[in-house]
Amino acid sequence: MDHDSVRSPGLFPATRHSVIERIRDGSADARRQAFGDLIEGYWKPVYKHLRMTWRLNPDDARDLTQGFFAEAFQKAWLERYEPGKARFRTFVRVCADRFVMNTRQSASRLKRGGGAYRLPLDFDGVEQEVMARRVATTPEPDEYFHQELVRSLFERAVEGLRDECVAGGRQVQFVLFERYDLNPDEGVSYAQLARELGLTAAQVTNHLAHARRRFRERALEALRGLCGSHEEFRREAYDIFGVNVT
Amino acid sequence: MTQPSPGRHGGVAALTDAAVTRLKRLGSWPEFSSSRYLVVEEIGHGGMGTVYLAIDEELGREVAIKVPNISVSTTIDQRFHVEAHVLAALEHPGIVPIHDIGRLTDGRLFYVMKRVKGRTLQDHLPQVEDLAERLRIFERLCEPVAFAHAHDFIHRDLKPENVMVGAFGEIVVMDWGVAAVGSMRVDSIQSPVVSHSRESQSSVSRQSESSVGSLAAVERVHTREGTVIGTKGFMAPEQARGAIDEIDARSDVYGLGAILFLLLTDEVLDQEGDALSQLRGRGIARPLVAICARALASDPDARYQSVTALAEDVTAFRAGRAVEAYRETVFERIARFTRTYRTAILLVLAYMIMRAVVAILGWSPNSHLLSRWITGWFQ
Repeated sequence: MDHDSVRSPGLFPATRHSVIERIRDGSADARRQAFGDLIEGYWKPVYKHLRMTWRLNPDDARDLTQGFFAEAFQKAWLERYEPGKARFRTFVRVCADRFVMNTRQSASRLKRGGGAYRLPLDFDGVEQEVMARRVATTPEPDEYFHQELVRSLFERAVEGLRDECVAGGRQVQFVLFERYDLNPDEGVSYAQLARELGLTAAQVTNHLAHARRRFRERALEALRGLCGSHEEFRREAYDIFGVNVT
Repeated sequence: MTQPSPGRHGGVAALTDAAVTRLKRLGSWPEFSSSRYLVVEEIGHGGMGTVYLAIDEELGREVAIKVPNISVSTTIDQRFHVEAHVLAALEHPGIVPIHDIGRLTDGRLFYVMKRVKGRTLQDHLPQVEDLAERLRIFERLCEPVAFAHAHDFIHRDLKPENVMVGAFGEIVVMDWGVAAVGSMRVDSIQSPVVSHSRESQSSVSRQSESSVGSLAAVERVHTREGTVIGTKGFMAPEQARGAIDEIDARSDVYGLGAILFLLLTDEVLDQEGDALSQLRGRGIARPLVAICARALASDPDARYQSVTALAEDVTAFRAGRAVEAYRETVFERIARFTRTYRTAILLVLAYMIMRAVVAILGWSPNSHLLSRWITGWFQ
């Protein structure tokens, strides 16, 4: 897998089909593109899972994350997913767990993963997140993986929203969203934001409503792309947001 | 500052746990995108529904919108019907008025009501230390409940969280979602909802009469025997037993009694124990103890038979009059009379003492002594 085969996060619009449908599409290009989307959505949760649940050191976690995705792509592991047996996110986590176990048994980290694959992923940044949220106890694997998958999903949706606002000349919309919704501990009010940014309260309300709507749409689209089937997408959307989607 | 703050490598900064939680909540907000309502913030979240502060863009005013939490639930949907109909039927300053009703694209019913600014009685109580003021709040709380009873509606979930205290001390009873509807009113309360209906909008459809269905049917489902409706600490024993047929206006009397208990003691009633023994030994006036205990009687026949009777007794106590719930001794009657008319009694006593002094000094053989004594004062 070369550098070009994995797309930089946030630069491409989310797809309407599930990732597994696209991976199985048959066309090599479509599969490669779908795999890029899959890595984009799953690499952070996988890395954090290896760091926190497996308690691997940063170097091993980094190598094994890259090795896992590279081998999954080459050996078509994820194509074996069966929607009736488990959710796709659980399948990905279990595949990652097996990859780590196999690698440990053969005691050949360098041979299997280390240095063999180089994906343009920001491991240093994620490592900072891991250290910032480090806990003494090992988290429950599935719960932790899901939690980090949601965080990664939201980060991508927020990043997409930011790019959209900047491209559309609506920076103020994202600034409001960032101040009010992404920093809820700040406790800033609509009136304060209106004063600070020279807006009316109605403008703040409208901008925030628009940004929230777009965030939600983007998050749902990204989620749809990460699920194994439409039914799974509905279930995941309900679990995350508590709402039914069509 | 109108530039988004860049995160690492030009992306956005990593999201905190608080931000993730907030974004999850945002994702659960109802979609009103093609309607006249713009959601501003979530202002209340309960087991049945969530209340949002929104802007009515057509009229340019703030409103509150209540939406059920679960999208597909017949029971919840029916309870929302009931609540909307109750609010539409009851026009009283102490009952929040409903403006609109409709359905979201996902099928959930919602209704729009006046935004009540203030805080719940639960939150307001620590600011009120004066007993007389607390009793005045209680009397005002009784008014909308009595009004609802007069129109054959029973609230069934009276508790401090369901009572809002406005900035000017106005009391508004909220959350009529589990209210019982009297059969006599069923037909008459269907029309207001139909009159609220307007043309359908693209994504938010209005409630039609046929989809509303018969409120009587709703009530039958709503009041299925064995269903426990209410909140522990505030629900009447018959509600706790699920004895739906026994629930009537006197169940609300019990709920008000439990609120009165809280107002008097700052504690929630322990329903396992005897109310009277929990009230005694706290320095609460005996008539008030008796009022509260009667409202909290396990047997509905032993309670006040109406909210009005309960409120009148509280008013009587506050005005220093005898209360129906307590038979006072002669000494207590004299003491109450003395307390109530203290100023008048003191004036009469002073007058009588003065007359006595004048009489004694004026009728003595040395009656000139009085004039000499008074003259001496001024020399």
